[in-house]
Amino acid sequence: MKKWKVISPLVFIVLWQVLASAGALGKGVPSPVQVVQGLYQLTVTGFPPGYKLLGDILSSLARVLLGFGIAVVLAVPIGILMGWSSWFDVVLDPIVEALRPIPPLAWLPFALVWFGLGYLSAAFVIFLGVFFPVVLNTVAGARSVDPYLEEAARTLGADRRTILLKVIVPGSLPSIFTGVRIGIGVGWMTLVAAELIGVKNGYGLGYMIMNAGEVARFDYVVGGMVVIGLIGFLMDRAIKYAEKRLLKWR
Amino acid sequence: MEMSGSGGTVLELRSLEKMFTEKKTGRELEVLDGIDLEIGQGRFTCVVGPSGCGKTTLLRAIGGLVEPTSGEIFLDGHPVTGPGPERGMVFQEYALFPWRTVLKNVTFGLTLKGISAIDARASAREYLETVGLTDYENLYPRELSGGMKQRVAIARTLAVEPRILLMDEPFASLDAQARNGMQEFLVELWRETPVTIVFVTHSVDEAVFLGQEIIGLSGRPARIVEKFTNELPYPRNRTDAAFTDLRARILDYLTKEMADSYV
Ligand SMILES: Nc1ncnc2c1ncn2[C@@H]1O[C@H](COP(=O)(O)OP(=O)(O)O)[C@@H](O)[C@H]1O
Ligand SMILES: [Mg+2]
Repeated sequence: MKKWKVISPLVFIVLWQVLASAGALGKGVPSPVQVVQGLYQLTVTGFPPGYKLLGDILSSLARVLLGFGIAVVLAVPIGILMGWSSWFDVVLDPIVEALRPIPPLAWLPFALVWFGLGYLSAAFVIFLGVFFPVVLNTVAGARSVDPYLEEAARTLGADRRTILLKVIVPGSLPSIFTGVRIGIGVGWMTLVAAELIGVKNGYGLGYMIMNAGEVARFDYVVGGMVVIGLIGFLMDRAIKYAEKRLLKWR
Repeated sequence: MEMSGSGGTVLELRSLEKMFTEKKTGRELEVLDGIDLEIGQGRFTCVVGPSGCGKTTLLRAIGGLVEPTSGEIFLDGHPVTGPGPERGMVFQEYALFPWRTVLKNVTFGLTLKGISAIDARASAREYLETVGLTDYENLYPRELSGGMKQRVAIARTLAVEPRILLMDEPFASLDAQARNGMQEFLVELWRETPVTIVFVTHSVDEAVFLGQEIIGLSGRPARIVEKFTNELPYPRNRTDAAFTDLRARILDYLTKEMADSYV
């Protein structure tokens, strides 16, 4: 069974190479070998020349982590309060439900008005992508905490504050992690779109892809896609690892 | 050493009544219908009754988790409202904090009392020794058997030194063997510790094995219809004639109450 894990991607790459070399995938679609060459050029020369891949990666990571971090820091307490207190839920739920279906990208014009060209605009769009899944999962987590645990805590002398901090928060943690994992995925996926505009320094994976696309350098485009996919995968793994360490009681 | 009621009354219930309002229908449901009860210091009291009659509600009212519609509850002569560590609760569902180790479950109530972390750990270890779980302090609840979980819950409750221990069918989810073991364990524990116990069960056998007093409730709304005294010495033998006699008498009452509640 396990060997298929290696075989199937290899078959995919070989097939891709063959079809691309034969011109069967359409004009300009790069083969895997061309993509690797493109990645090499992006690393040493950069595109546009001077703007190297590492700079793109770091800039994109900075935007995503900024938006992601602020989203988590706001979404977790809000979600805990909404899940725990019906008052907070009644007040905040309509707002969350009204804003949630709006695609983050729709806010771009406002992002530019509020934050101008630069890190903050892109981070804001990413923030919007991360915020809602984290809130919703945190709410669900706080609601799923066994009511007996709260009662046990009360009979042991816990006041409301203690119950919130020592029962509801740790009890919500598994759901919060689920939200964070979904959130970082959404945030990373929003990246290319967020970098459509809102990039001032000339660096960014999404930004590079857009520019390369315009001049039909599809080897760079696919190279950027590969790097985005790889980093997204690594971030997911990192959170899974943190989850395993922090939630070993499960 | 046999515990007796020499220390006076710990818990007193006066005309306790409880009505629930059903959320969907808005209908009133009368569950407790004037419960009067006095429980002496150090006594082991069991409460039996048909299922759904209001046993849990009664215990939760004493624990402060359910507000009575009328009537009063006194602990050492002081009226009680809301839960507090002087009335310890042990739940059928264990209610252990799954993210805390065994030791940290037991220190939970201690640190809330303002006891330093070091003293809380020392005290918790003593209680874990009492319940025979010294070697398990670093395990998480999911790693324990049902009986062990309930012992942790008992240690956690005893650690805050309650005046009274309220237990709601604590062994109901255990298999028969573990259950008997826990009953023996609880009797021993109680004989060593000067704690007053109110123990709700639907098992007549369990009540006769454990209780000095066995309170028989009617079908809903619950009233006290019988009070059996059980003078049998501990540890009790289930095959004694006196044991089986008392069990038969209680079963008689229960069968009658159950028949009545189906009319
Ligand atoms: N919070 C509640 N709201 C409405 N009805 C309740 C509530 N708690 C218990 N009841 C009802 O009160 C009755 C007695 O319940 P309970 O005290 O759990 O009985 P027992 O423990 O004797 O089986 C049941 O009919 C139950 O449905
Ligand atoms: Mg019950």
